[in-house]
Amino acid sequence: MAERIAGQEIERLIQLLARLPGLGPRSARRAALHLIRKREELLSPLADAMAKAHAHIRVCSCCGNVDTIDPCTVCADPRRDPTILVVVESVADLWALERASAIRAAYHVLGGTLSPLDGIGPDQLNLASLPGRLRDSRVSELIIAVNATVEGQTTAHYITDLVSHLPVKVTRLAHGVPMGGELDYLDEGTLAAAMRLRTDF
Amino acid sequence: MDWQDEALVMGTRRQGETSVILEVMTQGHGRHFGIVRGGRSRKLQPVLQSGNSLIVSWRARLEEQLGTFVIEPVTLRAADMMATEAALQGVSHLGHLLRLLPEREAFDGLYALALLICQRLAGEDHAAPLMAVLELALLRELGFGLDLSACALTGSREHLAFVSPRTGRAVTAEAGLPWAGKLLRLPDFMARSQALGAAGQVSGTELADAFRLTAHFLDQNIYGPRGQEVPMARRRYVALVTGEAMQADPPGKA
Repeated sequence: MAERIAGQEIERLIQLLARLPGLGPRSARRAALHLIRKREELLSPLADAMAKAHAHIRVCSCCGNVDTIDPCTVCADPRRDPTILVVVESVADLWALERASAIRAAYHVLGGTLSPLDGIGPDQLNLASLPGRLRDSRVSELIIAVNATVEGQTTAHYITDLVSHLPVKVTRLAHGVPMGGELDYLDEGTLAAAMRLRTDF
Repeated sequence: MDWQDEALVMGTRRQGETSVILEVMTQGHGRHFGIVRGGRSRKLQPVLQSGNSLIVSWRARLEEQLGTFVIEPVTLRAADMMATEAALQGVSHLGHLLRLLPEREAFDGLYALALLICQRLAGEDHAAPLMAVLELALLRELGFGLDLSACALTGSREHLAFVSPRTGRAVTAEAGLPWAGKLLRLPDFMARSQALGAAGQVSGTELADAFRLTAHFLDQNIYGPRGQEVPMARRRYVALVTGEAMQADPPGKA
């Protein structure tokens, strides 16, 4: 076993940094050293920001997004189209759609997809509030923006069934050739879906 | 330790940032897990969807270890399955059924049947009769096989039309008539389907009878003793292929 080369506070910092995505034990050690070197400019503000974020972060009671206010910034934005609701799997997907400025609508974050292997059923997802949200609002179109995976599409069908008794148009994302994609390198499934869902030129 | 085999993807679970734990049903090594390095990459994710066929090469230092898979795509049919809900629910239900089997034990017949079902789910052919046949075969493999060879009362091998819900033995239409209300109906294609993939044209009523028959024994011998309910994917799949309403808690209709 390697000998400890720093005090337990620094070792603990390295251990925790190593648990972040993209960092392993070696890169965590480098990051920790960098933080220690920039103690006043970086370490202190980072610790402060993390403590504040920890104290204020909450899950939006309306859509399931994470923010420091409830309802979240997205739900509270009056410039968004209230007639469109986009269902996404995770907050990361919501952020991706917002980054792309793809649509100015309200969101509903499921918190995952139906997955038998992981034991995730409808009760583990943020689904119970969806019909009520559609009933009580002016939403006329529900866009199901889940991943093009077997679990994602199974969840999409489940949601379609869940809201089938409501007067809401349900749509889903198109499947096909990505920007910059070369047909030669695409898998057969994507090509078949692109051909099946072709549009007028 | 290493081997190479044909496999059907059953599902994946995230492992770290870039890898996945892949669950497959293989022809010669049964239900098997293994890590796929880079399994979450844009290149491999479409390949690792349930229902796709692969050639997998498994390698580990010791046999009891999880090991790693190197995969080679053979037939990618998941995208075709995503076109219909019945196919999606069918492949989910197939995964549930195969997960009832012990790991690392070969079940050649079940693998062949599962492969045929995936091919049909991705195509235009009707996979539901084969799914019922697979449930029957799975019961047999797990030690709860039904005796559909001859009538329990008369010994006749012809006109078998019912199954006793208690003993799992077949009864002819004539002998079972007085207890028809208590017996489970045995569709003709189930009585004939001991051979692989024998199911042909089957009516909706026959399908409903077949799934009611297998549901009873799955619940009595497998799900019940384990304290589990019949999976939602099965209920949904059966409702879609038979046109019957779901037996319980349809989503959102409460």
